[in-house]
Amino acid sequence: MNVNGGLAAAATPGIADLLLEVGAVLFILGILGGFARRFGLSPVPLYLLAGLVLGEGGAVSLDASTGFLAVGAEIGLILLLLTLGLEFSADEFSSVLRRHVPSGVVDLLLNATPGAVAGWLLFDSWTAALVMAGVTWVSSSGIVARVVSDLGRLANRETPSVLAILVLEDIAMAVYLPLVAVLVAGGGAVEVLIGVSASVTAVLLVLLGSRHFGDRLSHRLTDAEDEQVLLRVFGITLVVAGLTTLLDASAAVGAFLVGLALTGQAAERSRELLSPLRDIFAAVFFVSFGLSIDPGTLPPVLVSAGILAAITLVTKVLTGWYAAGRDGAGTRGRMRAGLVLAARGEFAVVIGGIAVVSGLEEVGPVTAAYVLILAVASPVLARFADEIARPFVPKPVTA
Amino acid sequence: MDVEETLLPGVGRRYEFTLQDGHRLCVVSTRDDHYTVSSFDSDDPDAGRTLFRLGEEEAVTMAEILGAPRIAVKLADLSREVPGLASEQVEIVSGSPYDGRSLGDTQARTRTGSSVVALVRDDQVIASPLPSQDLMAGDVLVVIGTSDGIAKIRTLLEAP
Repeated sequence: MNVNGGLAAAATPGIADLLLEVGAVLFILGILGGFARRFGLSPVPLYLLAGLVLGEGGAVSLDASTGFLAVGAEIGLILLLLTLGLEFSADEFSSVLRRHVPSGVVDLLLNATPGAVAGWLLFDSWTAALVMAGVTWVSSSGIVARVVSDLGRLANRETPSVLAILVLEDIAMAVYLPLVAVLVAGGGAVEVLIGVSASVTAVLLVLLGSRHFGDRLSHRLTDAEDEQVLLRVFGITLVVAGLTTLLDASAAVGAFLVGLALTGQAAERSRELLSPLRDIFAAVFFVSFGLSIDPGTLPPVLVSAGILAAITLVTKVLTGWYAAGRDGAGTRGRMRAGLVLAARGEFAVVIGGIAVVSGLEEVGPVTAAYVLILAVASPVLARFADEIARPFVPKPVTA
Repeated sequence: MDVEETLLPGVGRRYEFTLQDGHRLCVVSTRDDHYTVSSFDSDDPDAGRTLFRLGEEEAVTMAEILGAPRIAVKLADLSREVPGLASEQVEIVSGSPYDGRSLGDTQARTRTGSSVVALVRDDQVIASPLPSQDLMAGDVLVVIGTSDGIAKIRTLLEAP
């Protein structure tokens, strides 16, 4: 008997290169992330930049780890959507629906339109128009929530409306993502109708179900030690994500549904346990998106991405202005809401990523350049919102 | 007093209320059980200025300081409203048979029909003490019941 047989077999050729490459990439991301945080910025744009530098046509080329990074990116996408679904409860969603539906409609109309027009002008395709509409429409929940809390604005009058916009956009993703997935894969009107109605039904069922049975289900799933809870929740999520992929919807939608279905204590524990895993694989996801783009294709799209960023910065400010106004905020509060919401980040990349993977490669570079601009510009501008709003503040009436 | 409560999806809850002097206060409770108390500038009435943050334990202490005496006062009010119901304070004197024993040992509820709803020790107030709560000389019990029942509890605790 060869005792070392198992070990020797495990050391498949190339495993050393894989470990070296993945390890080096993750370590570099850790350094970059710390750098970004020091300046109060989101690490997402730096992850994208790292991917651009490391990818095809970039400064260094990764070969051994391509397969792993592709799988890792898919898991990252799933975990991003799962933790998003865990973020809020059916109660929070219904309270937002009661107050802020008009804000959500204004948000969609003002911000998806410029993207759709740009997509159609740049790529002459309806599918690309739909993808770009999503890229410019959805704010980055991650960046916005963090900036609001970092700047100490949680108590502010405008904050509930800002968070309401995020919730509405996130829920809308459950309809929008399958729509994109089906269309990009070349599906016709019938497939789109089936895909979208199936996912709307699923979301409604899950929201209703989690209200009535969620506690019991959540209890069953998470009545164990940390290790088992982690394995159960992660395992179920992958299974559901796999099923939705089989049904030609995006894996992201399935993961999001699992997140919505878990409530209360179970959601809280899953969030806690899965966050570190999410952080690792989400970073891999952002790098992979950068990897899929040849840096040589960026300079030509910089101008159009810049114009699009400028236009949709203004439309998001108007959205925030409107939403915060509904909650009775004054000029400065409305400007703060608008500027903080202007950040686009993980969702723009998720949408662009789904499109690129499904063969719509041309939207990749514009999306990357667009996210790089707004993920950095918005948090910086949000910090100086009060100064920016000053010219618009009505002069105090002096007695 | 009106407290305006708003859900902050993904963050926690926000409570806002106006004080008698016209200042507005806002408490944000986050999901990790931290509390931020803010006030609003007259310059920009929408921008909260953080006064202080409380961790979980600090918030509990704060609530005890502010809340428990209020509970006792409220109970006194309640006893005024319900005819025949009284609320009184009974001290555990040194030499009491229950000095050093637990509240459950007194069997106060079974023997007298009165309930011990709070325990005051030095400047600390323990609301709804459990049967396992230990008693010490100097403790003051807030008791609620009929005046007859309260008299019985007084005798029970005093008897050497």
